[in-house]
Parts: sequence; structure tokens; C-alpha cells
Amino acid sequence: MYGFITLFKKEILRFWKVGFQTVMAPVLTALLYQMIFSHVLSQHVEAYPGVSYTAFLIPGLAMMSMAQNAFANSSSSLIQSKITGNIVFLLLPPISAPAFFGAYLLASIVRGLVVGAGVLLVTAWFGLPLPAQPLWLLAFAVLGCGVLGALGIMAGIWADKFDQLAAFQNFLIMPLTFLSGVFYSINSLPPLWRGVSHLNPVFYMIDGFRYGFFGQADVSPWLSLAVVGGCFVALSAWVMRLIASGYKLRH
Amino acid sequence: MTHAISIDAVSKRFASLQALDRISFTVEHGEFFALLGPNGAGKTTLISAMAGLSRADNGQIRIMGHDTVTEARDARMKLGVVPQELVFDPFFTVRETLTFQSGYFGIRHNDAWVDELLHKLGLTDKANVNMRALSGGMKRRVMVAQALVHRPPVIVLDEPTAGVDVELRQSLWAFVKELNAAGHTIVLTTHYLEEAEALCSRIAMMKKGRLIALENKDTLLSRSAAREVSLQLSGELPASLQPLSLRQQDGRHILALPDIAKLEQVLSELRLAAVEVRELSVHETDLEQVFVKLMHGGQA
Repeated sequence: MYGFITLFKKEILRFWKVGFQTVMAPVLTALLYQMIFSHVLSQHVEAYPGVSYTAFLIPGLAMMSMAQNAFANSSSSLIQSKITGNIVFLLLPPISAPAFFGAYLLASIVRGLVVGAGVLLVTAWFGLPLPAQPLWLLAFAVLGCGVLGALGIMAGIWADKFDQLAAFQNFLIMPLTFLSGVFYSINSLPPLWRGVSHLNPVFYMIDGFRYGFFGQADVSPWLSLAVVGGCFVALSAWVMRLIASGYKLRH
Repeated sequence: MTHAISIDAVSKRFASLQALDRISFTVEHGEFFALLGPNGAGKTTLISAMAGLSRADNGQIRIMGHDTVTEARDARMKLGVVPQELVFDPFFTVRETLTFQSGYFGIRHNDAWVDELLHKLGLTDKANVNMRALSGGMKRRVMVAQALVHRPPVIVLDEPTAGVDVELRQSLWAFVKELNAAGHTIVLTTHYLEEAEALCSRIAMMKKGRLIALENKDTLLSRSAAREVSLQLSGELPASLQPLSLRQQDGRHILALPDIAKLEQVLSELRLAAVEVRELSVHETDLEQVFVKLMHGGQA
């Protein structure tokens, strides 16, 4: 258990020491998106009845930033350790697979939540209401970061080069997060693209998170919870097995 | 009675390369043991299998009686490994590195031992310096400290002095000798054969994944001609000395000298035959010669 606590602390300290890059930068990026999109689109779009576009955009941006940073935390930490070789210091001690997985996962969730809180803090003055359903909000924030954190562990273990990780990030994670209804309600899409969006698990994270603020969403929060929770459990079980088997870690 | 390390018929194959081929040997408690061989001999693969960094295809390895696969937790607690590659985490200071490493082994409040390690390895004034700012030799010392945070009874050092200056080598060996004297079992791989000769009591040699020699250091050295005498003579080598002749080299006769007293006999035979000695030198056989002979397929 103490091995888990130590690895978790180490992972927190790792991103905290480079907080400009790991927390401040994504918060600033989200603020820029918010300023630009709300300026361009606030007069033209009303996503939900009675909810302005500027307010609608904020939870989506927050969830997108959380997802991207949860993924970046575990994946970049693992690939750096693998490429520099210092992962050996984690493989020599008797750290169990659940402890190894849990520490990286929890640190990813913490980074995601810190970034999410930062984004909400700097964008709230665009008209964000107080959360209508705080528990739903928290559940989707934690589970969303959890799914992407677990995916980051998988990518970090699988990738042998930074290039492979960048491909994973740019060709899978980025499209999934950008095409998930961050900037629009999927009900505004043509039927085909609306259908495609329903296959994207990130859509359910954002939709559920938005429900936490506005009490209304594109789909039922229970459906979103089932999808995001199911993804989290399945992915966690798979990644934990991968670690226990020593895949790409122990030869 | 368990062995400190017991390796039984361990094999490992990477694609077409047989990295380890049925390696078996034991290392006893408190031994200072050398594992020698050229690059690619399989030393690091064997160490990786001992440490659980890789898994052998066949065979069994036990550390202090604990199987490295079925009792991995206990085996790892008993083993400290200093890896060959100079690796470090650039995010942290020396003290943070050692405190985290203690935690990974489940050890809280390890400050007193960490302080002692820092002191013994000459790192006290670097405790709060970031790892990135350390010289290569200093980073190597931190790696030694990382291997010792959990006070393992068995310590494996995989070429710890590669690229390290003379002063650090000496201080490192003084420290390792101290650990050995305190009862720790030490396994060392090194390219500096004089280090193995000076420090180790038993020596194993590997070549292409196989164990080709495993002996007490003195036996290994004495198995080869203990000494050689090189003579430049005014005439032919007398027939009475032919049995000692090993070879001729650059116009010199090289004779085996089983012991130094034999030299007097060689000289008197030469006097009797009226052959004049123009040049004479005596060479001690060292581990390097034994090593070279074995690696080239000859008998030591």
C-alpha cells in the first residue's frame, strides 16, 4: 500500500513541478477558446433553451481539457520513464500491478480535476451558472478523467517512441475530444453525424458533465453514466492485466 | 541451507539469439562474486532475470531462497540492483529520489538510513540538488544508493564503474567492500578485470549465453601457467628446457615457470649449455590473460 502512496505522490509532484506546462497552459488555451468562440458564435447559436452559447461552451471546454490532460499525465510520464530508462526503478521494487495502475490513474485524475477547476475558474465570468446537479458533475469529472487516464497508461506502455504516442494523441484522442460536442449540441448535427457522435465515449462524458451544470443534456445522464462507467471498468481491467502480464515492461 | 543466489538451468531466447543457455550456479552468503564476459555474453540478461525485469523461458532463480517468479515480492525485497545504464529521473532531487525509492519498497521514515547512504557515498552536500545537475559519477553514486535503500542482503552491481573516474572507483569499492564485510553478498560484473581480481573470491565467466568457467579466483589463475619467462638467447634453447617451452615470439623463447624457484634451474641449464642470456623478463599471469584465453576458446 505504501508503494502505491509513494508512486502517487511522485506522480503528483512530477506534474506540479512543471505546473506552467501541465496546468497553466491548458487553462490559458481553454480561456482563449472561450473568448474567441463566444465572441464569434454567441449571437448565432442557442444550444439549449434558456442557455446562452457562452455558458453552454464552458463545461464542454472544461471536460475536454480534463480529458486531454488526464491522458497526457499518465502517458507522458510513462513514455518518459521508458525512454530515459528510469522506469527500472519502478520495476525493481515489489510494486503490485493494481498499485502501479492505481497510482498513475489517480494522479491523472487529480491533474484532470485541477485543470478542470482552473478552466471553470477563469471562464466562469462568461455566465456559468452554479451546478444544478453537483453530484452528477463530480461523477462525470472523475470518471471522464479516469477513462482518459487509463487510456494514457495503456498508450504510455504500448508506445516505444514519442512519435507513436504523439500519433495516438493526435489521431485518436484529439478527434474524439473535438468531435464530442464540446463546441455544439449534437442535436444540431445532421442525422448521420449525430449517429456517429453517439459512438464516441467522450461525447457522453461531456454531455453528462454539462447535465451537472444545466440539468439538461442531449441524452439521459443515466445512459451517459452507463457508457462512461462501463468504459472505465472495462479499460481499467484490461490495462491492469496488461501491467500484470509485464507487456512491454518486463521482457 | 539456502544459497544467497541459486540459478538452475536458466535459458532465455530473444528471437534467433540464445541469450542464456542452461545457466546454473549458486552464490553463497557473504560471497564477493564476479560475473565476467564480453559484451553480449548474457550477463545483463541474467541479472535482469534475477531482478524480475525479464522472465526466463526455462529454469528457476531463487534469491535468498525465494523464487523470483512465484515469490517475486520476497525475492525483490532481498535484492538490490545497480543497473548498467546511467539512468535517473530529471524531475527530482537526490533526496527525493532516495525517499521515493524507499517508499516503493514500502519503507516509511527511512531518513536516517538515507542520510547514512548519502554520507557514505559522498553525496551529503548534493542531497538537495536536482539529479540533472549532477555529474555522471555522482549520478552513478545515487544509483548505488537507490539499490541499497531497502538494505538488501544481496547486491548486484552491473558494471558500476564504467566511465567513472579513478577516485570514485576507489571510494565505491571501499564502500562495497565494507558492505561485503558486514555480511552482504555482492555480485559484480565489470570490464576492469583487475577489479574482479582484487575484490572477488569466485569468478564466473560467460560467453554467448553459456557459462564457460566458474571457479575460485586462485584456482582459475593457477590453472593457467602461473608465470612465464621470456628469454632472448645467444644460441638455441637446450633440449633439456624444451618441455617448458610454450612458444617463440619475436625471436624470444617463452617458457612456463610453474614456480619462481624453477628460474634458477633454467638459468643453470643455459650456463651448462653455454648459451648466453641477452634479455630476460618474467610475467605473472593475471585474470586478463586467463579471460582472453577462455574467450578465444583455449584452455586456461
